[in-house]
Amino acid sequence: MELTLWTYEGPPHVGAIRVAASMRDVHLMLHSPQGDTYADLLFTMIEREGRRPPVTYTTFQARDLGSSTAEMVINSLRESAERFKPQVLLVADSCTAELIQDQPGALALGADLPVPVIPLEMAAYTRKENWGAAETFYQLVRGLLSRQAPPPGTERPPREPGARPSVNLLGPTKLGFRCRDDVVEIERLLSSMGVDVNVVAPLGASPQDLQAIPKADANVNLCPEVSDLTCSWLARTFGMPTISTIPMGWGATRDFIAEVASALGLDVDVDAVGESRLPWYSRSIDSTYLTGKRVFVFADGSHAIAAARVARDEMGFEVVGLGTYSRERARDVRAAAKEYGLEALITDNYLEVEAKVQELQPEMVLGTQMERHIAKRLGIPCAVISTPAHVQDYPARYSPQMGFEGANVLFDTWVHPLIMGLEEHLLHMFRDDFEFNDSVGPSHLGSEGEGARAQDSSSGAGQPDDGAIVWDFEAEKELKKIPFFVRGKARRNTEKFAVEHGLTTIEVDTLYDAKAHFSN
Amino acid sequence: MSTVIASSEDVQHPGPQTQERGQRAVFCGLTSIIWLHRRIQDAFFLVVGSRTCAHLIQSAAGVMIFAEPRFATAILGERDLAGMADCHEELDRVVSELIARRSGINRLFLVGSCPSEVIKLDLETAAAKLQTKHENRVRISAFSGSGIETTFTQGEDECLKSTVAELPVLEASKQNLIVLGTVSDIVEDQFRRLFDDLGIKDVHFYPGRKAGDLPAVGKGTRVIAAQPFVGETARALIGRGAELISAPFPLGAEGSKAWFEAVAATYGVDAERTQQVLEMPYQRAKRAVSVHRSKLEGKRIHLLPDSQLEIPMARFLSEECGLGINEIGTPFHDQLVMRGELARLPKEVPIVEGQDLDPALSRVRASRPDLTVCGMGIANALESEGLRTKWSIELVFSPVQGFDQAGDLAGLFAKPLARQEILEVGSWS
Repeated sequence: MELTLWTYEGPPHVGAIRVAASMRDVHLMLHSPQGDTYADLLFTMIEREGRRPPVTYTTFQARDLGSSTAEMVINSLRESAERFKPQVLLVADSCTAELIQDQPGALALGADLPVPVIPLEMAAYTRKENWGAAETFYQLVRGLLSRQAPPPGTERPPREPGARPSVNLLGPTKLGFRCRDDVVEIERLLSSMGVDVNVVAPLGASPQDLQAIPKADANVNLCPEVSDLTCSWLARTFGMPTISTIPMGWGATRDFIAEVASALGLDVDVDAVGESRLPWYSRSIDSTYLTGKRVFVFADGSHAIAAARVARDEMGFEVVGLGTYSRERARDVRAAAKEYGLEALITDNYLEVEAKVQELQPEMVLGTQMERHIAKRLGIPCAVISTPAHVQDYPARYSPQMGFEGANVLFDTWVHPLIMGLEEHLLHMFRDDFEFNDSVGPSHLGSEGEGARAQDSSSGAGQPDDGAIVWDFEAEKELKKIPFFVRGKARRNTEKFAVEHGLTTIEVDTLYDAKAHFSN
Repeated sequence: MSTVIASSEDVQHPGPQTQERGQRAVFCGLTSIIWLHRRIQDAFFLVVGSRTCAHLIQSAAGVMIFAEPRFATAILGERDLAGMADCHEELDRVVSELIARRSGINRLFLVGSCPSEVIKLDLETAAAKLQTKHENRVRISAFSGSGIETTFTQGEDECLKSTVAELPVLEASKQNLIVLGTVSDIVEDQFRRLFDDLGIKDVHFYPGRKAGDLPAVGKGTRVIAAQPFVGETARALIGRGAELISAPFPLGAEGSKAWFEAVAATYGVDAERTQQVLEMPYQRAKRAVSVHRSKLEGKRIHLLPDSQLEIPMARFLSEECGLGINEIGTPFHDQLVMRGELARLPKEVPIVEGQDLDPALSRVRASRPDLTVCGMGIANALESEGLRTKWSIELVFSPVQGFDQAGDLAGLFAKPLARQEILEVGSWS
């Protein structure tokens, strides 16, 4: 048993629903108890879809357990095949159905349905949502394409002379983070390079579209959490190269352009493809105060890695912590963290992430909806960069994270929660203003930040573990003069300094000794 | 039936009543945690279940940002299922961890789910054992919110029922009144003032605002339901000697008046005084409802099953707002608490208990009502087909009971229709 206050991912069958709901002419029959239809709301409310997701649930109740739940499965299969006439019917168990072991996949294969069936094994007690999406996508693609596969060892014929190069965009789904606009942005980027997009999948594709995948020259692994498995199968089976740079941030977008060019054998001038405002906004003097702001990054694997690069190399922040909940991407995130001189935090335990943020006392958190809870508790500015997200991160306006426009969006989104330069200076100078002080949030956020600063972020948590160090009254008062957003860090450094120097009481001088000690 | 103080009215609905079985698009009882954690501020809800359960609750409540979460899930792992880990020991560890983190909790509810019910994990015994260990710090009890056993608001019923055995015994010479079912804070305050004016003393709202607010119960206890989904708790209270007052639910001017009259009559309050106390709020409520009546009158409404509030809502809408009722769907039809309602329904209105989603939606599409009351999994889909909807969950999350909310209640149904007239933008799908 694992105590979970917030979970970073849903169960694997939600990943399966995401794939089905992203596509056309696919239907999912999910063996599940009454109540699991809550998942429909993720699509109708969070994604604001104007149609029900293409899922039929058996919704068994306690009274059905005595009789034949297997019969319910067969009836639901027949009815959904007949009513919705999909090109492919997916069949899966939810976590409760996994316990009663009706084997709906086997039942479906034996039921002589008028539609091709792909059974899915969801392993609800060991796997999670992204794995479920990846597995579903892979089973679908493999199920539809394996008959087309050339004999092993067949060389992929070169592109016909004069034919336009094309790629598939694989991985975007409903309930992914800004997938809708990322696809538009990357299609636009590729088009200005003279590259066509053959198939986007799962988002918007039909099973028939999936059968056209091998026609492209390469696959863009846009959301590795969903498409890694499929891309590597396509690489093995059809010899299709995989483009794996995630084009998030200015630099990564340029690398992506270069990788596409090299994979397709194109001669492309990167500067001519497009431009972002991020480099100039970040270079302009208004951004100087962003230098060295200490940020903590936690997200799914690909967004975490991409965000850390943007944070350090394009915004001038200091990345003080980097982690992910995607165990499948742990190795990549560890490698990335090493570049920042950090040890990656690989966990799906919200409490561990909270403890880490508390320990590091960053000035900003770039995370998920879950980190917003942590940031509120600790009074730290926060921006959301990855799923899990909620309805406010499925906006009406164009808001990609990828490509050059995505970089513009990132700049605005990340700077917004921080106190603006002038206000920060004045807070350093004058502490007791009746309107502008520690107990209220940044004034440009109106009431948004109110309450967020109600407590000292290090109270309780910042106390040294051994309990042997005491803050002198005057020193404590002096500490309060340090503005809120860096106070936690100052407290921690001073205590560390005291421990290192064998001091048991912290006085005003200790505070300034520590400041001098850590100032380089 | 000595335990139910029946009204003189006919309690049977003469119209067509059918049962339907098939796919059900409803919430499980775990969802009740979303409002119960605000009503009982010092309680914590620990679901014992799967990642699906955790995901359900955070998908619903996680749009709010919690500095201190008041609910969590103990997620069962493979080791628990394979019997390699002793579930009771595991639960013990998780509960200790939780109590150490949250010192302000006075009541811990262990909430059963489909997985915990299917593997027959006995949470009641676990709660009793843990109670011994954490005596003096926190009260611990268990109830089921599983989808296989409970639908949406039934979770509250199970939650309340789980503490009935703990209620202190009412002294033999005493009398008290229990108002059963969560109402919002302002409704509670309004009701208290009216009970005071009627001279009715010792009124307890159950659940109260604090976990320790437990009313005494015994022979002198009368119970009145403020919500239609508390049947099992009512039965448990009857089992401890209480009498259930039969009345319509306090929705709208008429419902509220009849509700207070039923209580007053049971207490032998002079009829003249009752009318005197209720007259002003009753007239005020009538005026407030009439503001919305022009929007609603003559429109046809279709209610899909969700919370068991459907029957009293339909009664209010037809009786006070002049709507025609196409069909009332209800997830569960509890005849005991619904006695006061049925005779007030128009005779021809069909009541459908249970659901078979796709055929039910076909009936909605065929009749094209002016307004469909339905869950959020369906609402946007119907909107994009050009049908107006009122998402039903709001009825559980809004102060709608009593005289001074009658106008607001009518307003909830009038709003989608008013919006249709205001908006000049097309739909998008």
